[in-house]
Amino acid sequence: MLKIENLKAEIDGKAILKGLNIEVKAGEVHAIMGPNGAGKSTLANVIAGKEEYEVTEGSIELNEEDISELAPEERAHNGVFLSFQYPVEIPGVSVTNFIKTAINETRKAKGLEDMTAKDMLKMIREKSELLEIDRKFLGRSLNEGFSGGEKKRNEIFQMAMLEPKLAILDETDSGLDIDALRIVANGVNKLKSKDNAVIVITHYQRLLDYIVPDFVHVLHDGKIVKTGDASLALELEAKGYDWIKELA
Amino acid sequence: MELQDKLLSSYVAFENHVDVNSDVHEIRSEALQNFEKVGFPSRKLEAWKYTSLNSVLKQDYSLFPSKVEAIELADVKKYFIHEIDAYKIVFINGKYSSFLSQTTHEHYDVCLMSSALTNPKYKAVIDKYFNKIAKQDNLTSLNTAFATEGAYINIPKNTEVKKPIQILNFTTGSQEATMLQPRNLIVVGENAQVQIIERHQSLTANPVLSNVVTEVFADKAANVDYYKIQNDETTASLVDNTYIEQQSNSVVSVHTFSFGGNITRNNLNFYQKGEHIDSILKGITIVEGKQHVDHHTLVHHIEPNCESHQDYKGIFNERSTGVFNGKVIVEKEAQKTNAYQQNNNVLISDKATINAKPQLEIFADDVKCSHGCTIGQLDEDALFYMQQRGIPKKEGKALLMYAFANTVLESVKIPEVKQRITKLIAKKLGVNLGFDL
Repeated sequence: MLKIENLKAEIDGKAILKGLNIEVKAGEVHAIMGPNGAGKSTLANVIAGKEEYEVTEGSIELNEEDISELAPEERAHNGVFLSFQYPVEIPGVSVTNFIKTAINETRKAKGLEDMTAKDMLKMIREKSELLEIDRKFLGRSLNEGFSGGEKKRNEIFQMAMLEPKLAILDETDSGLDIDALRIVANGVNKLKSKDNAVIVITHYQRLLDYIVPDFVHVLHDGKIVKTGDASLALELEAKGYDWIKELA
Repeated sequence: MELQDKLLSSYVAFENHVDVNSDVHEIRSEALQNFEKVGFPSRKLEAWKYTSLNSVLKQDYSLFPSKVEAIELADVKKYFIHEIDAYKIVFINGKYSSFLSQTTHEHYDVCLMSSALTNPKYKAVIDKYFNKIAKQDNLTSLNTAFATEGAYINIPKNTEVKKPIQILNFTTGSQEATMLQPRNLIVVGENAQVQIIERHQSLTANPVLSNVVTEVFADKAANVDYYKIQNDETTASLVDNTYIEQQSNSVVSVHTFSFGGNITRNNLNFYQKGEHIDSILKGITIVEGKQHVDHHTLVHHIEPNCESHQDYKGIFNERSTGVFNGKVIVEKEAQKTNAYQQNNNVLISDKATINAKPQLEIFADDVKCSHGCTIGQLDEDALFYMQQRGIPKKEGKALLMYAFANTVLESVKIPEVKQRITKLIAKKLGVNLGFDL
């Protein structure tokens, strides 16, 4: 599904990713862990296509197609979804109108007609129930005045609506209390299938109790320095990141 | 010949066509003298510091277009809010077009200034209201001096006008530049209600200058809902001078949508002459190219317990320029005034300019006055967020701009007007969004 080879990226001339390799197959869950400043969020933003980052070397392939030159919306149309660490507030646009626009723009890009109002409503109902989201919430301006938990739940709600092939969850556990964490993780697990893949970026092991990864990668100084199974996350939790720095 | 001289020397000829022995003409002549004295505004005047009319005044305008040009309804239908049943007062080159109009005298007068100024039946109203609140300044005096035609609306007390009134001024003229000076008078009786939509539309590529004066009198508990749609050719300039006097418990709102034109100057003045008055001033400006839009607002709080709400949003692209000058005066007697002013601007290009200046003169001590002014760019993080969800950059920008302007659209009471404005915005931004905000 996703194949990244020797990826080097910089922002304002400062190198952040320094030759990163990772391969994610359909049906898999990968966790990327690492200390602050290792390049975790940069990796998420580079895959999603944020323009401030410049890819200087390497390739990002999604289903054997190089997406590294595509605009962010084109990557989204190809099935890339990024759950933001800090979702942006957009006053004046309701959650419902936003997701409608997102879905129909994606359909338009694929040459499909707009989704009918009836189907849209049905889907919104189903997915909001899955994430235990109150209907009133959907009429509010996107992320405006939302609590940390509401913002993250709203991200996963959008993920559920857009049904991406590759979902990247960037620090989705930060700012969540244990109940919200369970709801979010439960949502992600229900959306998982053999045809899609999930990358969980996290600083702590906590979320991985709920979303169990097939692989755990440790990112340090712009490179993956260690890969293991779910037990690696526990080891990191117990030992911290200092020994990883020594590995590199 | 300079335009000022041309106007002054044309006055003798103008007087051949009007009753020079009337009271109205005395007002006209006085106004002409005032204009002769003060002339056109220059940038030396504080109120015109950021708006220069020089290029506009250089044109050789035809002042009294004599040729009556017929236009087909099909050609101009799109400039009406045609989805609704409405009264229509339509002018072509300043001349009344009975063909395109739908006026009435049945329960109220929705008709012509030319008849109101000459027919003895209306004399009492004209004596009481005509030129009573219009300022004796440069351009308003000029308009008064030549005032003959425009819309005349008189709604008696306790009367609700069931359908909106549309005032349209079209300019044609394939040969020459045209200057127009429409003069409107709107008198709304106690507890009466009216909705008005005003538009000036050039149908020619030749230069047009419209210098409009509108006086609105809202008696006790009257409700006036006024929409100005400005989306003209880039060769057409507009100076809109609107003066509104409100009595106790009246509510008057004016929405100004400035989407196009060469130079557009809106002088919007509210005078509160009673208590428990609400004055609402809202505007959306979206311009590009070298267009210039200037909003000069004045709210004069004279009596206690009144409110005013101003909310102006501006989006400026390319080399366009904007001015917002919002003046609020709260007199010593006007205790418990609640005056709110908000002006937010987005500059899409680094060549666009906005000059924003709130001016508060407060002489009372127990008042709530707030004002806020922002100038910013579109939020890049928000754009990336939307792109990440599959919304292309162009549509994302449009969505952000819609959202930005939405607080103004929210208070539009005529759904068809709201729809039209939404469409105009979408068209301006070159997108087609699948929903109405």
